[in-house]
Amino acid sequence: MKVQNKSFRLAWVGLAAAALVILVLPPVLPPFYVSLITLALIYGLVATSLDILIGYTMMPSLGHGAYFALGAYTAAIMNTKLAAGFWATLPVSILIAGCFAAVLGLVAMRAAGVYFLMITLAAAMCVWGLVDQWVDFTGGENGMSGITRIGFGLDLNGTLSFHYFTSAFYIVCVGLIYLIIKSPFGRTLVGIRDSASRMQVLGYNVWLHKYMAFIIAAMFAGMGGCLYAYFNKFVGPDDADLAQCMEFFLMVSMGGQGTLIGPNIGAFIIVFLKNLASIYTDRWVMILAAIYILAARFAPKGILGLPEQLREKKKAEAGK
Amino acid sequence: MDFWINQSFNAISYAGLLFLLGGGMTLIFGVMKIVNIAHGGFYLIGGYTGYFIASTTGNFYLGIVGACVGCALVGMIFERWLLRELSGQMLRQMLMTMGITLLIQDIIVIISGGYSYTLEPPEWCMDVLEIGGYYFYVLRILMIAAAVAVYILLWFVMEKTKVGAMIRATVDNKDVAQTVGINVQLVSMGIFCLGAFLAAFAGVIGSAFTEISPGMDFEVLPLAFVVVILGGMGSLKGAAVGALIVGFIDNFARAIFPELAYFSLFFPMVVILSIKPTGLFGREWL
Repeated sequence: MKVQNKSFRLAWVGLAAAALVILVLPPVLPPFYVSLITLALIYGLVATSLDILIGYTMMPSLGHGAYFALGAYTAAIMNTKLAAGFWATLPVSILIAGCFAAVLGLVAMRAAGVYFLMITLAAAMCVWGLVDQWVDFTGGENGMSGITRIGFGLDLNGTLSFHYFTSAFYIVCVGLIYLIIKSPFGRTLVGIRDSASRMQVLGYNVWLHKYMAFIIAAMFAGMGGCLYAYFNKFVGPDDADLAQCMEFFLMVSMGGQGTLIGPNIGAFIIVFLKNLASIYTDRWVMILAAIYILAARFAPKGILGLPEQLREKKKAEAGK
Repeated sequence: MDFWINQSFNAISYAGLLFLLGGGMTLIFGVMKIVNIAHGGFYLIGGYTGYFIASTTGNFYLGIVGACVGCALVGMIFERWLLRELSGQMLRQMLMTMGITLLIQDIIVIISGGYSYTLEPPEWCMDVLEIGGYYFYVLRILMIAAAVAVYILLWFVMEKTKVGAMIRATVDNKDVAQTVGINVQLVSMGIFCLGAFLAAFAGVIGSAFTEISPGMDFEVLPLAFVVVILGGMGSLKGAAVGALIVGFIDNFARAIFPELAYFSLFFPMVVILSIKPTGLFGREWL
């Protein structure tokens, strides 16, 4: 009981710190840092949606970058070719990401485990190939530039105003994901994660629940992609490549899967490290490699899982 | 007609390259049950080492041998120090192989300066052979020959020797294999080295065939994935058939609608997996 109280207090402290960084600090920070926070929020949203799959359903999808890219490219193409605004592109981005997931899910979910990993990753690579090579439609290697922030219903050309819009959007979306996880549907997913056969016997449609989770997660990633296109005003094949897909996975895994907060911490760490380290050194890739290796080697439950890991280690040592 | 024969020949020779990549990957998958993202990195190591050795010594064959053996050693180091302790934990292993890939990528950028190179094969490889009015590039014939030779050799080792029996036992059931006295760790390390060796071989041939550049690892990796997925993971025969399917589709798609070439790989995957989730020759143990 005491432990629970403590973690409850910790959660409030964490929430207050997050509110401080996201809402209070930006007006006094330099624009560069504000835009980093905005980017971290967008990636955080995508990583949180991926956590529905990795942490709550045990469907480790490596293809999440594909939905993000589909959402981003849909927004970029509609915006530059049809001069469509944000609220017009958002539903289309969500729809396209969702449809792709609906097709992929039918195939990928026939497999499990490592097979599932590989199929989702290969599918994501096919999307990368599409945006990299379909020059007429996606700009190929040059990507798509000239995206304008129109149709928000507000003037969002400033860094700060866009940041607050993103924050509001982020809070609503992550709140929705939280509600989904806490809903009977989310509880069923956790049940399936822990024992699919038990849930099957209890009369739940295991396949349908997983399939729905797969599509819902993709839709949120598509949303993140759409917002990203307007944030960055540029979308390129790098946003769809293997490294990007793996980075989302790393954010979830290094923050702590199955926690909803962990992926956001992971997103902040990666975004800040990447952009700050790139200023001082050309060897960002080396640093990222080290993060992957250290996360894989020493933090199986992510940063949020470290205290528990230490406790267990202590217990094991005391037991000896 | 000329178009079809020439393109088919190109497709088959490309399939040879894909088999070298996918064959190693499928064996690694079968024995170690990991998604080896570092396979593209091995391709890169092979291509660059092959180029540097061949261009400094002037000996093409030394380049091939040096690249393959060197890459196998690198694979051994990674397996021993980074992957072994994570055995059986697929997500952690995958993150680790991604880290290894980035490490390889960055070291290669430091050493090569990020330039792309084309390896000059010996004169006689550049010849053109005329058969029945059609012209075939000798280097492409060699690629097919190399892939067929590797396939026969691997098939012989896997099916007819004691080492092969040990590997197959490990693929079927690691725990039982361990219990009957097979050194599973040694088998895993050997297979990982073999996979790295074959990927490096593919890298050298690929660098002679087109070029080798820092982004190649992520370009060939998805192709290797699709080869392995189509054929069924852990199956050598599957990798060969998968390589042919991918070789043909990729080649003809490039010739007919180049812009959608890569994406077109998605469709055979969807079709085959909806008929048989474990791939054409995959087993049901997953």
